[in-house]
Amino acid sequence: MFEFFRNLDRRWVFLAMLLAVALPILLGARFPEDPSPMVRSVFEAIDNLPEGSRVLLALDYDPASEGELHPMAAAFTRQCALKNHKMYFMTLWPPGTVMVQKQITMLEREFPDYEYGIDYVNMGFRPGYEGPIKLIVTDLKKAIAADVQGTSLDQIPLTRDLKNIQQMDLIINVSAGYPGAKEWVLYASTPYGIPTVAGTTGVQSPLLMPYIPNQLTGMLGAIKAAAEYEQLLIDEYPQLKENRQAQEALRRMGPQLVAHVFLIVLILIGNAIYFIERRRSR
Amino acid sequence: MKRTVPLIIAATTGFVLIVAYFIPYTETWGETAMAWFNIIAAVAFVLGGFNLMKNQLQKISDRRPGWGYAAVTLISFVITLFVGLAKVGVTPSETYPEYPWAGAYDQEGAAFWWVYEYLFLPLSATMFAMLAFYIASAAFRAFRAKNVEAVILLITAFIVLLGRTYAGVWLTSWVDPLAAQFESPFMSQLITGLRLDRLTGTIMNVFNLAGMRAITIGIALGVASTSLKVLLGVDRSYLGSGDD
Repeated sequence: MFEFFRNLDRRWVFLAMLLAVALPILLGARFPEDPSPMVRSVFEAIDNLPEGSRVLLALDYDPASEGELHPMAAAFTRQCALKNHKMYFMTLWPPGTVMVQKQITMLEREFPDYEYGIDYVNMGFRPGYEGPIKLIVTDLKKAIAADVQGTSLDQIPLTRDLKNIQQMDLIINVSAGYPGAKEWVLYASTPYGIPTVAGTTGVQSPLLMPYIPNQLTGMLGAIKAAAEYEQLLIDEYPQLKENRQAQEALRRMGPQLVAHVFLIVLILIGNAIYFIERRRSR
Repeated sequence: MKRTVPLIIAATTGFVLIVAYFIPYTETWGETAMAWFNIIAAVAFVLGGFNLMKNQLQKISDRRPGWGYAAVTLISFVITLFVGLAKVGVTPSETYPEYPWAGAYDQEGAAFWWVYEYLFLPLSATMFAMLAFYIASAAFRAFRAKNVEAVILLITAFIVLLGRTYAGVWLTSWVDPLAAQFESPFMSQLITGLRLDRLTGTIMNVFNLAGMRAITIGIALGVASTSLKVLLGVDRSYLGSGDD
Protein backbone atom coordinates (compact mmCIF):
# COMPACT_ATOMS: atom_id res chain seq x y z
CA MET A 1 0.00 0.00 0.00
CA PHE A 2 2.82 2.35 1.01
CA GLU A 3 4.67 1.68 -2.25
CA PHE A 4 1.48 2.20 -4.25
CA PHE A 5 0.89 5.67 -2.79
CA ARG A 6 4.60 6.57 -2.88
CA ASN A 7 4.77 5.95 -6.63
CA LEU A 8 1.21 6.98 -7.36
CA ASP A 9 0.81 8.09 -10.95
CA ARG A 10 -0.79 11.51 -10.94
CA ARG A 11 -3.32 10.34 -13.52
CA TRP A 12 -4.97 8.32 -10.72
CA VAL A 13 -5.28 11.54 -8.73
CA PHE A 14 -6.85 13.24 -11.75
CA LEU A 15 -9.31 10.35 -12.20
CA ALA A 16 -10.25 10.39 -8.51
CA MET A 17 -10.79 14.16 -8.64
CA LEU A 18 -13.00 13.74 -11.70
CA LEU A 19 -15.12 11.19 -9.81
CA ALA A 20 -15.17 13.39 -6.69
CA VAL A 21 -16.70 16.20 -8.73
CA ALA A 22 -18.83 14.17 -11.15
CA LEU A 23 -20.54 11.75 -8.76
CA PRO A 24 -22.23 14.35 -6.51
CA ILE A 25 -23.45 16.14 -9.66
CA LEU A 26 -24.86 12.94 -11.14
CA LEU A 27 -26.40 11.86 -7.83
CA GLY A 28 -27.80 15.35 -7.21
CA ALA A 29 -26.27 15.61 -3.72
CA ARG A 30 -27.65 18.65 -1.84
CA PHE A 31 -26.80 20.00 1.59
CA PRO A 32 -28.52 22.52 3.83
CA GLU A 33 -27.09 26.04 3.90
CA ASP A 34 -27.19 28.44 6.83
CA PRO A 35 -26.72 32.02 5.54
CA SER A 36 -23.89 33.88 7.27
CA PRO A 37 -24.26 37.46 8.62
CA MET A 38 -22.25 38.74 5.63
CA VAL A 39 -24.62 37.08 3.14
CA ARG A 40 -27.59 38.48 5.07
CA SER A 41 -26.15 41.99 4.89
CA VAL A 42 -25.91 41.76 1.09
CA PHE A 43 -29.44 40.38 0.88
CA GLU A 44 -30.82 43.16 3.07
CA ALA A 45 -28.97 45.85 1.10
CA ILE A 46 -31.09 44.91 -1.94
CA ASP A 47 -34.26 43.86 -0.15
CA ASN A 48 -34.54 46.93 2.06
CA LEU A 49 -34.49 49.32 -0.91
CA PRO A 50 -37.91 50.76 -1.73
CA GLU A 51 -39.63 49.16 -4.72
CA GLY A 52 -38.54 50.64 -8.03
CA SER A 53 -35.10 51.72 -6.80
CA ARG A 54 -32.33 52.25 -9.34
CA VAL A 55 -29.73 49.49 -9.25
CA LEU A 56 -26.59 49.34 -11.39
CA LEU A 57 -25.52 45.77 -12.14
CA ALA A 58 -21.90 45.69 -13.29
CA LEU A 59 -21.02 42.15 -14.36
CA ASP A 60 -17.24 42.10 -14.78
CA TYR A 61 -16.38 38.48 -15.42
CA ASP A 62 -15.81 36.01 -18.24
CA PRO A 63 -16.61 32.36 -19.00
CA ALA A 64 -13.60 31.14 -16.97
CA SER A 65 -15.25 32.23 -13.74
CA GLU A 66 -18.83 31.84 -14.90
CA GLY A 67 -19.26 28.64 -12.90
CA GLU A 68 -18.56 30.53 -9.68
CA LEU A 69 -20.10 33.90 -10.46
CA HIS A 70 -23.10 33.29 -12.70
CA PRO A 71 -25.28 31.94 -9.83
CA MET A 72 -24.56 35.14 -7.85
CA ALA A 73 -25.36 37.40 -10.79
CA ALA A 74 -28.57 35.44 -11.46
CA ALA A 75 -29.60 35.61 -7.78
CA PHE A 76 -29.00 39.39 -7.70
CA THR A 77 -30.98 39.87 -10.92
CA ARG A 78 -33.87 37.72 -9.66
CA GLN A 79 -34.02 39.55 -6.35
CA CYS A 80 -34.02 42.94 -8.09
CA ALA A 81 -36.81 41.77 -10.41
CA LEU A 82 -38.84 40.41 -7.49
CA LYS A 83 -38.49 43.79 -5.78
CA ASN A 84 -39.40 45.62 -9.01
CA HIS A 85 -36.12 47.52 -9.01
CA LYS A 86 -34.97 49.28 -12.16
CA MET A 87 -31.87 47.56 -13.46
CA TYR A 88 -28.99 49.09 -15.43
CA PHE A 89 -26.62 46.42 -16.76
CA MET A 90 -23.08 47.13 -17.93
CA THR A 91 -19.66 45.47 -18.02
CA LEU A 92 -16.00 46.50 -18.15
CA TRP A 93 -14.92 43.11 -19.53
CA PRO A 94 -15.25 42.37 -23.27
CA PRO A 95 -16.66 38.84 -22.70
CA GLY A 96 -18.98 40.31 -20.06
CA THR A 97 -21.53 41.31 -22.71
CA VAL A 98 -22.57 37.67 -23.01
CA MET A 99 -22.77 37.38 -19.22
CA VAL A 100 -25.12 40.38 -19.17
CA GLN A 101 -27.14 38.93 -22.06
CA LYS A 102 -27.64 35.72 -20.05
CA GLN A 103 -29.25 37.72 -17.24
CA ILE A 104 -31.48 39.50 -19.73
CA THR A 105 -32.52 36.20 -21.31
CA MET A 106 -33.36 34.95 -17.82
CA LEU A 107 -35.41 38.09 -17.13
CA GLU A 108 -37.33 37.63 -20.40
CA ARG A 109 -38.05 34.00 -19.51
CA GLU A 110 -38.91 34.30 -15.81
CA PHE A 111 -40.29 37.85 -15.64
CA PRO A 112 -42.16 38.40 -18.93
CA ASP A 113 -43.82 41.55 -17.56
CA TYR A 114 -40.42 43.20 -17.16
CA GLU A 115 -40.00 45.51 -20.11
CA TYR A 116 -36.74 46.53 -21.77
CA GLY A 117 -36.12 50.24 -21.59
CA ILE A 118 -38.69 50.73 -18.82
CA ASP A 119 -37.60 48.23 -16.17
CA TYR A 120 -34.09 47.37 -17.33
CA VAL A 121 -31.49 48.47 -19.83
CA ASN A 122 -28.32 46.91 -21.21
CA MET A 123 -25.57 49.53 -21.55
CA GLY A 124 -23.09 46.91 -22.77
CA PHE A 125 -19.29 46.93 -22.61
CA ARG A 126 -17.08 49.98 -22.30
CA PRO A 127 -13.29 49.73 -22.81
CA GLY A 128 -10.75 51.54 -20.66
CA TYR A 129 -10.64 49.44 -17.50
CA GLU A 130 -11.61 51.78 -14.62
CA GLY A 131 -11.79 54.76 -17.03
CA PRO A 132 -15.54 54.47 -17.73
CA ILE A 133 -16.28 54.33 -13.96
CA LYS A 134 -14.51 57.66 -13.43
CA LEU A 135 -16.60 59.18 -16.19
CA ILE A 136 -20.05 57.74 -15.46
CA VAL A 137 -19.94 58.88 -11.85
CA THR A 138 -20.16 62.47 -13.08
CA ASP A 139 -21.51 62.20 -16.64
CA LEU A 140 -23.00 58.91 -17.79
CA LYS A 141 -23.71 59.88 -21.37
CA LYS A 142 -20.19 61.11 -21.97
CA ALA A 143 -19.01 57.51 -21.61
CA ILE A 144 -22.11 55.63 -22.73
CA ALA A 145 -24.14 57.34 -25.43
CA ALA A 146 -26.23 54.36 -26.50
CA ASP A 147 -27.40 51.00 -25.22
CA VAL A 148 -26.11 47.70 -26.58
CA GLN A 149 -28.52 47.85 -29.55
CA GLY A 150 -27.32 51.32 -30.51
CA THR A 151 -30.39 53.17 -29.24
CA SER A 152 -29.49 56.54 -27.76
CA LEU A 153 -29.82 56.63 -23.97
CA ASP A 154 -31.83 59.85 -24.42
CA GLN A 155 -34.53 57.83 -26.21
CA ILE A 156 -34.79 55.15 -23.52
CA PRO A 157 -37.28 56.03 -20.75
CA LEU A 158 -35.09 54.47 -18.05
CA THR A 159 -31.99 56.48 -18.92
CA ARG A 160 -33.52 59.63 -20.40
CA ASP A 161 -33.25 61.63 -17.16
CA LEU A 162 -30.22 59.83 -15.77
CA LYS A 163 -27.28 62.21 -15.49
CA ASN A 164 -24.79 60.01 -13.69
CA ILE A 165 -24.59 56.94 -11.50
CA GLN A 166 -24.67 59.04 -8.34
CA GLN A 167 -28.43 58.74 -8.89
CA MET A 168 -28.20 54.98 -8.33
CA ASP A 169 -29.56 53.64 -5.05
CA LEU A 170 -27.17 50.69 -5.16
CA ILE A 171 -24.30 49.33 -7.21
CA ILE A 172 -24.05 45.56 -7.48
CA ASN A 173 -20.75 44.37 -8.88
CA VAL A 174 -19.99 40.77 -9.73
CA SER A 175 -16.33 40.51 -10.62
CA ALA A 176 -13.51 38.06 -11.23
CA GLY A 177 -10.55 40.45 -11.11
CA TYR A 178 -9.37 43.68 -12.70
CA PRO A 179 -11.29 45.83 -13.39
CA GLY A 180 -13.83 44.81 -10.81
CA ALA A 181 -15.15 45.36 -7.32
CA LYS A 182 -12.02 47.16 -6.10
CA GLU A 183 -12.24 49.71 -8.91
CA TRP A 184 -15.96 50.30 -8.28
CA VAL A 185 -15.16 50.86 -4.60
CA LEU A 186 -12.24 53.21 -5.32
CA TYR A 187 -13.84 55.35 -8.01
CA ALA A 188 -17.60 55.19 -7.38
CA SER A 189 -18.74 54.07 -3.96
CA THR A 190 -16.04 55.70 -1.80
CA PRO A 191 -15.77 59.20 -3.33
CA TYR A 192 -19.50 59.60 -4.02
CA GLY A 193 -20.97 57.52 -1.21
CA ILE A 194 -22.96 55.18 -3.47
CA PRO A 195 -23.94 52.03 -1.53
CA THR A 196 -22.21 49.04 -3.11
CA VAL A 197 -22.33 45.27 -2.71
CA ALA A 198 -20.12 42.76 -4.50
CA GLY A 199 -19.97 39.15 -5.54
CA THR A 200 -16.50 37.79 -6.16
CA THR A 201 -14.47 34.64 -6.69
CA GLY A 202 -12.96 32.84 -3.69
CA VAL A 203 -9.49 33.99 -4.72
CA GLN A 204 -10.48 37.65 -4.89
CA SER A 205 -12.62 37.89 -1.76
CA PRO A 206 -9.77 38.17 0.81
CA LEU A 207 -8.47 41.21 -1.10
CA LEU A 208 -11.79 42.98 -0.71
CA MET A 209 -12.37 42.26 2.98
CA PRO A 210 -10.70 45.54 4.12
CA TYR A 211 -13.43 47.54 2.36
CA ILE A 212 -16.25 45.99 4.42
CA PRO A 213 -18.52 47.40 5.89
CA ASN A 214 -17.86 51.09 5.20
CA GLN A 215 -17.01 51.16 1.50
CA LEU A 216 -18.66 47.86 0.59
CA THR A 217 -21.92 47.09 2.38
CA GLY A 218 -21.30 43.38 1.97
CA MET A 219 -19.77 40.76 -0.27
CA LEU A 220 -20.52 37.26 -1.50
CA GLY A 221 -17.27 35.34 -1.69
CA ALA A 222 -17.18 32.20 -3.85
CA ILE A 223 -19.82 29.59 -4.56
CA LYS A 224 -20.47 28.85 -0.87
CA ALA A 225 -21.76 32.40 -0.31
CA ALA A 226 -23.76 32.15 -3.55
CA ALA A 227 -25.41 28.96 -2.25
CA GLU A 228 -26.25 30.64 1.07
CA TYR A 229 -27.68 33.57 -0.88
CA GLU A 230 -29.85 31.30 -3.01
CA GLN A 231 -31.11 29.59 0.15
CA LEU A 232 -31.98 32.97 1.68
CA LEU A 233 -33.73 34.01 -1.53
CA ILE A 234 -35.78 30.78 -1.56
CA ASP A 235 -36.68 31.25 2.13
CA GLU A 236 -37.90 34.81 1.48
CA TYR A 237 -39.48 34.17 -1.93
CA PRO A 238 -40.92 30.61 -1.84
CA GLN A 239 -42.02 30.87 -5.48
CA LEU A 240 -38.38 30.17 -6.38
CA LYS A 241 -38.46 26.76 -4.68
CA GLU A 242 -39.60 25.01 -7.87
CA ASN A 243 -37.18 26.96 -10.08
CA ARG A 244 -34.14 24.73 -10.68
CA GLN A 245 -32.26 27.59 -12.33
CA ALA A 246 -32.45 29.50 -9.04
CA GLN A 247 -30.59 26.72 -7.23
CA GLU A 248 -27.44 26.37 -9.31
CA ALA A 249 -25.05 27.31 -6.49
CA LEU A 250 -26.85 25.01 -4.06
CA ARG A 251 -26.31 22.13 -6.48
CA ARG A 252 -22.61 23.00 -6.81
CA MET A 253 -22.02 22.67 -3.08
CA GLY A 254 -22.19 18.84 -3.41
CA PRO A 255 -19.13 18.57 -5.68
CA GLN A 256 -17.38 21.23 -3.60
CA LEU A 257 -17.84 19.22 -0.40
CA VAL A 258 -16.55 15.97 -1.87
CA ALA A 259 -13.66 17.68 -3.68
CA HIS A 260 -12.57 19.50 -0.50
CA VAL A 261 -12.69 16.31 1.57
CA PHE A 262 -10.76 14.52 -1.18
CA LEU A 263 -8.09 17.25 -1.11
CA ILE A 264 -7.72 16.85 2.66
CA VAL A 265 -7.39 13.07 2.29
CA LEU A 266 -4.71 13.57 -0.40
CA ILE A 267 -2.75 15.98 1.81
CA LEU A 268 -2.96 13.57 4.75
CA ILE A 269 -1.76 10.62 2.62
CA GLY A 270 1.05 12.74 1.17
CA ASN A 271 2.18 13.75 4.66
CA ALA A 272 1.94 10.17 5.97
CA ILE A 273 4.28 9.06 3.16
CA TYR A 274 6.61 11.97 3.95
CA PHE A 275 6.86 11.11 7.67
CA ILE A 276 7.28 7.36 7.06
CA GLU A 277 10.08 8.04 4.56
CA ARG A 278 11.76 10.46 6.95
CA ARG A 279 11.66 7.92 9.81
CA ARG A 280 13.04 5.19 7.57
CA SER A 281 15.88 7.40 6.32
CA ARG A 282 17.00 7.94 9.93
CA MET B 1 11.03 64.64 -28.68
CA LYS B 2 9.80 61.03 -28.71
CA ARG B 3 10.08 61.00 -24.92
CA THR B 4 9.36 64.63 -24.04
CA VAL B 5 5.92 64.92 -25.68
CA PRO B 6 4.49 61.74 -24.07
CA LEU B 7 5.99 62.89 -20.76
CA ILE B 8 4.21 66.26 -20.99
CA ILE B 9 0.92 64.58 -21.99
CA ALA B 10 1.15 62.08 -19.08
CA ALA B 11 2.08 64.75 -16.52
CA THR B 12 -0.60 67.23 -17.67
CA THR B 13 -3.35 64.59 -17.75
CA GLY B 14 -2.29 63.19 -14.38
CA PHE B 15 -2.28 66.57 -12.67
CA VAL B 16 -5.59 67.55 -14.29
CA LEU B 17 -7.18 64.39 -12.88
CA ILE B 18 -5.76 65.08 -9.41
CA VAL B 19 -6.89 68.71 -9.45
CA ALA B 20 -10.34 67.71 -10.79
CA TYR B 21 -10.85 65.51 -7.75
CA PHE B 22 -10.27 68.34 -5.27
CA ILE B 23 -11.56 71.46 -7.08
CA PRO B 24 -15.19 71.23 -8.31
CA TYR B 25 -14.59 74.00 -10.89
CA THR B 26 -12.12 71.74 -12.73
CA GLU B 27 -14.34 68.64 -12.63
CA THR B 28 -15.21 68.97 -16.34
CA TRP B 29 -11.48 69.01 -17.21
CA GLY B 30 -11.15 65.62 -15.54
CA GLU B 31 -14.20 64.35 -17.44
CA THR B 32 -12.66 65.44 -20.74
CA ALA B 33 -9.36 63.75 -19.89
CA MET B 34 -11.22 60.53 -19.03
CA ALA B 35 -13.26 60.70 -22.25
CA TRP B 36 -9.99 60.94 -24.21
CA PHE B 37 -8.60 58.04 -22.22
CA ASN B 38 -11.65 55.89 -23.03
CA ILE B 39 -11.34 56.67 -26.76
CA ILE B 40 -7.62 55.82 -26.70
CA ALA B 41 -8.43 52.57 -24.83
CA ALA B 42 -10.93 51.63 -27.58
CA VAL B 43 -8.34 52.38 -30.28
CA ALA B 44 -5.85 50.23 -28.36
CA PHE B 45 -8.04 47.21 -29.18
CA VAL B 46 -7.47 47.86 -32.91
CA LEU B 47 -3.72 48.27 -32.34
CA GLY B 48 -3.74 45.09 -30.27
CA GLY B 49 -5.41 43.25 -33.15
CA PHE B 50 -2.78 44.42 -35.62
CA ASN B 51 0.00 43.58 -33.19
CA LEU B 52 -1.38 40.07 -32.71
CA MET B 53 -1.58 39.53 -36.47
CA LYS B 54 1.96 40.86 -37.01
CA ASN B 55 3.49 38.66 -34.32
CA GLN B 56 1.67 35.51 -35.36
CA LEU B 57 2.41 36.04 -39.07
CA GLN B 58 6.09 36.57 -38.24
CA LYS B 59 6.12 33.33 -36.22
CA ILE B 60 4.56 31.41 -39.12
CA SER B 61 6.83 32.88 -41.82
CA ASP B 62 9.97 32.19 -39.72
CA ARG B 63 8.73 28.63 -39.00
CA ARG B 64 9.56 29.18 -35.34
CA PRO B 65 8.85 26.34 -32.87
CA GLY B 66 5.12 26.20 -32.23
CA TRP B 67 4.23 28.05 -35.45
CA GLY B 68 1.24 25.73 -35.82
CA TYR B 69 -0.31 27.25 -32.71
CA ALA B 70 0.30 30.70 -34.20
CA ALA B 71 -1.63 29.58 -37.30
CA VAL B 72 -4.54 28.38 -35.14
CA THR B 73 -4.53 31.71 -33.24
CA LEU B 74 -4.50 33.69 -36.47
CA ILE B 75 -7.25 31.66 -38.16
CA SER B 76 -9.44 31.85 -35.01
CA PHE B 77 -8.85 35.61 -34.77
CA VAL B 78 -9.71 36.27 -38.41
CA ILE B 79 -12.83 34.07 -38.37
CA THR B 80 -14.15 35.61 -35.13
CA LEU B 81 -13.44 39.14 -36.39
CA PHE B 82 -15.12 38.44 -39.72
CA VAL B 83 -18.29 36.84 -38.34
CA GLY B 84 -18.57 39.64 -35.77
CA LEU B 85 -18.01 42.55 -38.16
CA ALA B 86 -20.02 41.07 -41.03
CA LYS B 87 -22.77 40.03 -38.57
CA VAL B 88 -23.02 36.61 -40.21
CA GLY B 89 -26.35 34.95 -39.43
CA VAL B 90 -27.77 38.04 -37.69
CA THR B 91 -31.43 38.75 -38.32
CA PRO B 92 -32.56 42.42 -38.60
CA SER B 93 -33.67 44.02 -35.34
CA GLU B 94 -37.36 44.58 -34.63
CA THR B 95 -36.79 48.33 -34.39
CA TYR B 96 -35.20 48.68 -37.84
CA PRO B 97 -36.41 45.69 -39.92
CA GLU B 98 -35.55 47.34 -43.24
CA TYR B 99 -31.82 47.39 -42.39
CA PRO B 100 -30.34 43.87 -42.59
CA TRP B 101 -27.33 44.86 -40.46
CA ALA B 102 -29.38 46.41 -37.66
CA GLY B 103 -29.39 43.28 -35.49
CA ALA B 104 -26.92 42.76 -32.63
CA TYR B 105 -23.66 41.01 -33.61
CA ASP B 106 -23.97 38.63 -30.64
CA GLN B 107 -27.63 37.80 -31.27
CA GLU B 108 -28.64 34.25 -30.31
CA GLY B 109 -28.16 31.92 -33.28
CA ALA B 110 -25.71 34.23 -35.09
CA ALA B 111 -22.27 32.95 -36.10
CA PHE B 112 -20.47 35.12 -33.53
CA TRP B 113 -22.80 33.84 -30.78
CA TRP B 114 -22.12 30.29 -31.97
CA VAL B 115 -18.32 30.81 -31.82
CA TYR B 116 -18.64 32.31 -28.36
CA GLU B 117 -21.12 29.80 -26.95
CA TYR B 118 -19.62 26.61 -28.36
CA LEU B 119 -15.90 27.42 -28.65
CA PHE B 120 -14.73 30.28 -26.47
CA LEU B 121 -16.99 29.57 -23.49
CA PRO B 122 -16.28 25.81 -23.11
CA LEU B 123 -12.56 26.31 -23.79
CA SER B 124 -12.25 29.07 -21.17
CA ALA B 125 -14.27 27.11 -18.63
CA THR B 126 -12.20 23.97 -19.31
CA MET B 127 -8.91 25.82 -18.78
CA PHE B 128 -10.14 27.12 -15.43
CA ALA B 129 -11.66 23.79 -14.38
CA MET B 130 -8.33 22.02 -15.00
CA LEU B 131 -7.01 23.89 -11.96
CA ALA B 132 -8.87 21.47 -9.69
CA PHE B 133 -6.84 18.55 -11.07
CA TYR B 134 -3.50 20.34 -10.76
CA ILE B 135 -4.32 21.56 -7.25
CA ALA B 136 -5.17 17.99 -6.23
CA SER B 137 -1.91 16.65 -7.66
CA ALA B 138 0.15 19.50 -6.14
CA ALA B 139 -1.52 19.09 -2.74
CA PHE B 140 -0.62 15.40 -2.73
CA ARG B 141 3.02 15.96 -3.72
CA ALA B 142 4.04 19.28 -2.22
CA PHE B 143 1.89 20.24 0.79
CA ARG B 144 4.15 18.87 3.56
CA ALA B 145 4.24 19.64 7.29
CA LYS B 146 7.98 20.28 7.19
CA ASN B 147 8.14 23.01 9.85
CA VAL B 148 5.94 24.97 12.27
CA GLU B 149 4.85 27.52 9.63
CA ALA B 150 3.82 24.72 7.26
CA VAL B 151 1.86 23.01 10.07
CA ILE B 152 -0.02 26.27 10.81
CA LEU B 153 -0.74 26.66 7.09
CA LEU B 154 -1.96 23.06 6.86
CA ILE B 155 -4.30 23.38 9.86
CA THR B 156 -5.69 26.67 8.51
CA ALA B 157 -6.20 25.07 5.09
CA PHE B 158 -8.08 22.13 6.64
CA ILE B 159 -10.33 24.44 8.66
CA VAL B 160 -11.14 26.64 5.64
CA LEU B 161 -11.59 23.67 3.27
CA LEU B 162 -14.06 22.03 5.66
CA GLY B 163 -15.61 25.28 6.84
CA ARG B 164 -16.57 26.25 3.29
CA THR B 165 -18.78 23.15 2.97
CA TYR B 166 -21.51 21.41 4.96
CA ALA B 167 -18.86 18.94 6.19
CA GLY B 168 -17.63 21.61 8.61
CA VAL B 169 -21.06 22.09 10.14
CA TRP B 170 -21.69 18.33 10.33
CA LEU B 171 -18.31 17.44 11.87
CA THR B 172 -18.64 20.06 14.60
CA SER B 173 -22.37 19.79 15.22
CA TRP B 174 -21.56 18.90 18.84
CA VAL B 175 -20.23 22.40 19.52
CA ASP B 176 -23.55 24.21 20.07
CA PRO B 177 -25.03 21.64 22.53
CA LEU B 178 -21.72 21.68 24.42
CA ALA B 179 -21.67 25.49 24.58
CA ALA B 180 -25.22 25.48 25.98
CA GLN B 181 -23.99 23.56 29.04
CA PHE B 182 -21.80 26.45 30.16
CA GLU B 183 -23.34 29.18 32.26
CA SER B 184 -20.52 31.66 31.66
CA PRO B 185 -21.32 33.70 28.49
CA PHE B 186 -17.60 34.01 27.75
CA MET B 187 -17.04 30.23 27.74
CA SER B 188 -20.26 29.63 25.85
CA GLN B 189 -19.28 32.14 23.14
CA LEU B 190 -15.75 30.75 22.97
CA ILE B 191 -16.97 27.20 22.40
CA THR B 192 -19.68 28.29 19.93
CA GLY B 193 -16.94 29.88 17.84
CA LEU B 194 -15.22 26.52 17.47
CA ARG B 195 -17.72 25.28 14.88
CA LEU B 196 -15.67 24.97 11.68
CA ASP B 197 -17.77 27.32 9.57
CA ARG B 198 -17.54 29.99 12.31
CA LEU B 199 -13.84 29.34 12.75
CA THR B 200 -13.43 29.90 9.00
CA GLY B 201 -15.25 33.22 9.41
CA THR B 202 -12.87 34.17 12.24
CA ILE B 203 -9.83 33.31 10.10
CA MET B 204 -11.18 35.42 7.23
CA ASN B 205 -12.52 38.33 9.27
CA VAL B 206 -9.71 38.66 11.81
CA PHE B 207 -6.39 37.18 10.68
CA ASN B 208 -6.85 37.61 6.93
CA LEU B 209 -8.44 41.04 7.32
CA ALA B 210 -5.61 42.37 9.51
CA GLY B 211 -2.99 41.16 7.03
CA MET B 212 -4.88 42.43 4.00
CA ARG B 213 -5.42 45.89 5.57
CA ALA B 214 -1.68 46.22 6.17
CA ILE B 215 -0.86 45.07 2.65
CA THR B 216 -3.52 47.34 1.11
CA ILE B 217 -2.26 50.42 2.96
CA GLY B 218 1.31 49.55 1.95
CA ILE B 219 0.30 49.15 -1.70
CA ALA B 220 -1.63 52.44 -1.64
CA LEU B 221 1.38 54.33 -0.30
CA GLY B 222 3.60 52.67 -2.92
CA VAL B 223 1.17 53.55 -5.72
CA ALA B 224 0.98 57.18 -4.55
CA SER B 225 4.77 57.59 -4.50
CA THR B 226 5.24 55.78 -7.83
CA SER B 227 2.50 57.89 -9.45
CA LEU B 228 4.13 61.09 -8.23
CA LYS B 229 7.47 59.94 -9.66
CA VAL B 230 5.81 59.25 -13.02
CA LEU B 231 3.94 62.57 -13.07
CA LEU B 232 7.03 64.57 -12.14
CA GLY B 233 9.07 62.77 -14.78
CA VAL B 234 11.45 61.15 -12.28
CA ASP B 235 10.41 57.65 -13.35
CA ARG B 236 10.39 57.43 -17.16
CA SER B 237 10.58 53.65 -17.51
CA TYR B 238 7.04 53.48 -18.94
CA LEU B 239 8.28 55.38 -22.02
CA GLY B 240 10.65 52.57 -22.99
CA SER B 241 14.36 52.92 -23.66
CA GLY B 242 14.27 54.71 -27.03
CA ASP B 243 16.54 57.70 -27.59
CA ASP B 244 15.29 61.18 -28.42
